[in-house]
Amino acid sequence: MSPVAPNVSVRPEASAVSGPAARFRGPKPRPASWWLRTLAWTVAFLTLVPLIYLVVRALGMGSDAWTIARSPRNLAVLGQTVLLTLAVTASATAVGTALAWLTVRTDLPGRSVWAAATCLPLVLPSYVGAFALIAALGPHGMLQTLLAPLGVERIPSLYGFGGAWLALTLFTYPYVQLTVRAGLRGLDPSVEEAARSLGRTVPQVFRQIVLPHLRPALGAGALLVALYTLSDFGAVSLLQFDALTRQIHIQYSATLDREAAAVLALMLVALTLVLLAVEQRTRGRGRQFRPSAGVSRAPRRHRLGPWRIPALAFCGLVTLLGLGLPVLVTGFWLVRGWQAGDRIGGQWDLLRHSVGASGLAAVACVAAALPVVIYAVRHPGRTSRFAERTAYLGHAMPGIVVALALVFLGARVLPWLYQSLAMLVLAYVILFLPLAMGSVRACLLAISPRTEEAARTLGRSPAGVLRAVTLPQLRPGLLTGGALVFLSCMKELPATLLLGPTGFATLATRIWGATEQAFFARAAAPSLILVLVSAVSLAVLLRHEEEGLPG
Amino acid sequence: MTPAIRCQSLTKAFNGTVAVAETDLEVAEGRLLALLGPSGCGKTTVLRMIAGFETPDRGTVEIGGRRVEGEGTHVPPERRKVGMVFQEYALFPHLDVEGNTGFGVPPGPEKAARVREVLDLVGLEGVRHRMPHELSGGQQQRVALARALAPRPEVILLDEPFSNLDAALRQRVRAEVRHILHQAGVSAVFVTHDQEEALSLADEVAVMIEGRVLQTGTPERLYRRPGSHRVATFLGEANFLPGRASGDQVECRLGPLPLLEPAEGEVEVMFRPEDLVMTADPDGPAEIVDRIYYGHDQTLVLRLGDLTLKSRLVGCCRGFREGQRVRLHVEMPVMAYPSPYGCPIAG
Repeated sequence: MSPVAPNVSVRPEASAVSGPAARFRGPKPRPASWWLRTLAWTVAFLTLVPLIYLVVRALGMGSDAWTIARSPRNLAVLGQTVLLTLAVTASATAVGTALAWLTVRTDLPGRSVWAAATCLPLVLPSYVGAFALIAALGPHGMLQTLLAPLGVERIPSLYGFGGAWLALTLFTYPYVQLTVRAGLRGLDPSVEEAARSLGRTVPQVFRQIVLPHLRPALGAGALLVALYTLSDFGAVSLLQFDALTRQIHIQYSATLDREAAAVLALMLVALTLVLLAVEQRTRGRGRQFRPSAGVSRAPRRHRLGPWRIPALAFCGLVTLLGLGLPVLVTGFWLVRGWQAGDRIGGQWDLLRHSVGASGLAAVACVAAALPVVIYAVRHPGRTSRFAERTAYLGHAMPGIVVALALVFLGARVLPWLYQSLAMLVLAYVILFLPLAMGSVRACLLAISPRTEEAARTLGRSPAGVLRAVTLPQLRPGLLTGGALVFLSCMKELPATLLLGPTGFATLATRIWGATEQAFFARAAAPSLILVLVSAVSLAVLLRHEEEGLPG
Repeated sequence: MTPAIRCQSLTKAFNGTVAVAETDLEVAEGRLLALLGPSGCGKTTVLRMIAGFETPDRGTVEIGGRRVEGEGTHVPPERRKVGMVFQEYALFPHLDVEGNTGFGVPPGPEKAARVREVLDLVGLEGVRHRMPHELSGGQQQRVALARALAPRPEVILLDEPFSNLDAALRQRVRAEVRHILHQAGVSAVFVTHDQEEALSLADEVAVMIEGRVLQTGTPERLYRRPGSHRVATFLGEANFLPGRASGDQVECRLGPLPLLEPAEGEVEVMFRPEDLVMTADPDGPAEIVDRIYYGHDQTLVLRLGDLTLKSRLVGCCRGFREGQRVRLHVEMPVMAYPSPYGCPIAG
């Protein structure tokens, strides 16, 4: 009997199968275990607490709430807020993506230094950054002083939309840069090479292959930027742009109109819900784990050639505006204060308080993000998606609203928590949970569920799989998420002011107090410490990112 | 003897679409079963139901005589004692070869020895401290196998285990895997869409098309005596022509032919191209219209009236060329199926 020829395989049926079975596209997710669902929903519910408070207040007002919301002035504020959010998101996404690509995928000279330097504005509180911009570029600022001898008497005003746009872009693009960096590292280089071999140029590959792959990362980064812009208070108030947050604060603190503040806050929340819905619509539906076998090689870097000059200029400009100016201005006031005889000591307590509360919050956020993300990614469905969306809500609410809601709750319902560190950490978790969720989610999507199944067949229970397989692979995501939360907490102001235990001064509250009273010299030392501590943790984060990734 | 795996009337639908219908499978102790079918036929779903990752809508699964699925029982994957080798290997990227291999072995004094033993078996002793991304495709494949074998599972399930290897490597790795599995004495099911792989590797083959197992048998039996037109074409090239059967004889355009299995009436006759023997004859009824040369063998396409037939020759060309007229003769007994002529041919 002759053997079957190995190279003959005429199988008409293999291609002709069109029965119902051929349409089946992969296994359906298993239902989540009860403990995962319970944990995820507990976290989601916690983040809802401030919102529930707001709704209860607004309901208490009845039809007055609607009248307030529809007033022409409030509608105008709403429109301006939307405009600012769109503008900042677009510009921050462009800047962040360009920087991520330059520092990960090209031979840009000094790329790891640029990567660290351009991420640093993340550590700048918007109020310090806005102050630095005003002191440098505003009326009677450093720039005008320099130009005055040349006959330039007026420079464009920094106040209003332009200033707020510039300031917020400079403080938010690192969110896009960080998520896109992670996304770029997750892209199998052979996919790009395949496109090159099919006749695509480098720019075409970027547009047709890299960008579509980066969609989840871009979406996550842009969402963070938009949420930041919506909830920022420091920059818009210092730069006198009438966004919702500024109006809420004016209503609450100046006119003591809590009801108007609550209505405006609800408008802001509604805006956020719209944003989340849009983001959900545009999110790619494809699975994100690498489909090819094994683990792939390290990516190849593109040669910039003559383009390295404009690339370096771009990185330099962004670094100068986002980092250089604040450092220069802060240094200037530090020296002035030192010359005037201010003591530099006494900052230790501030540092201890800031780092302690932020560290606790980082651990708590990562722990809270895990069940929600695992539930949403590994058991996709309407309910798990809803839980995930819910957990994003806290970040959308201005810090001052979350803080007020918790003050109210603490005073009325939970007196044993009121003015305790735990209450402050809870506020941080509500505010910054999405930062941890974003990184953990991106990382989990890159882990093949097959490795988890393999561990099940090797005798591990679901909890054992989580401990031995999922968590070790998630480490980069957990660390990135924790670091992002830590940095944000260091900068956070309204919740720290309202919820910190009595006498619990932090770097942020000291800077704010001093800046508000125009004691710029007293704000300088804490600012510098804040920037340094944050820079060190960011450097550690980036170093780990370099080493921690296999391949 | 109790079979290592027994599936009975497994049925599974996804969103109302039937993926697997009424599937019965049996794997005898120490045997290697190939589940062969085109992509999307439901074979991977069957594997995942045996492993416990999918719950069948109906039907039962027994492993080593123990009920693990069906009629109220659902044993979770970690307690089924099945080893699984995934199509993309799914190695743990954060563990080295030793860590991956020892993952399923309970901690204890014997663990190190067992890991060494298994790595020895798959020939990976030298790379036990490498990380997965430092291994070649063939090595990753063997780590996946070692990892599945290490806890001494009752059965091994392999999902398209060779599809990620290049052709040259595939031949060698297949032989290695067959050797390793037999040496380990473990029963195994592997899923493939490649008929050559199924025939050369398995002790037994189950052909699955559109969610149903059409036929199960040894590779020789399936290839020689496919139970239907679809199975015949799925397992390799086949010639079909109409005939009239009577007992163990069939009358057709190639004359009276002996039948492998008795049949009656209008039938479709099937035989393999290598059974069709040609003799050069200027007055022969058939003409060679095409010749496809593969090296160690070649296929000649013949026209006989309105019929197109194929003949396969092993070795050199023996002087046949296009346009030549030949006489035809079938060397072996043939199969006959109820006639599809007049009604659409299945597939």
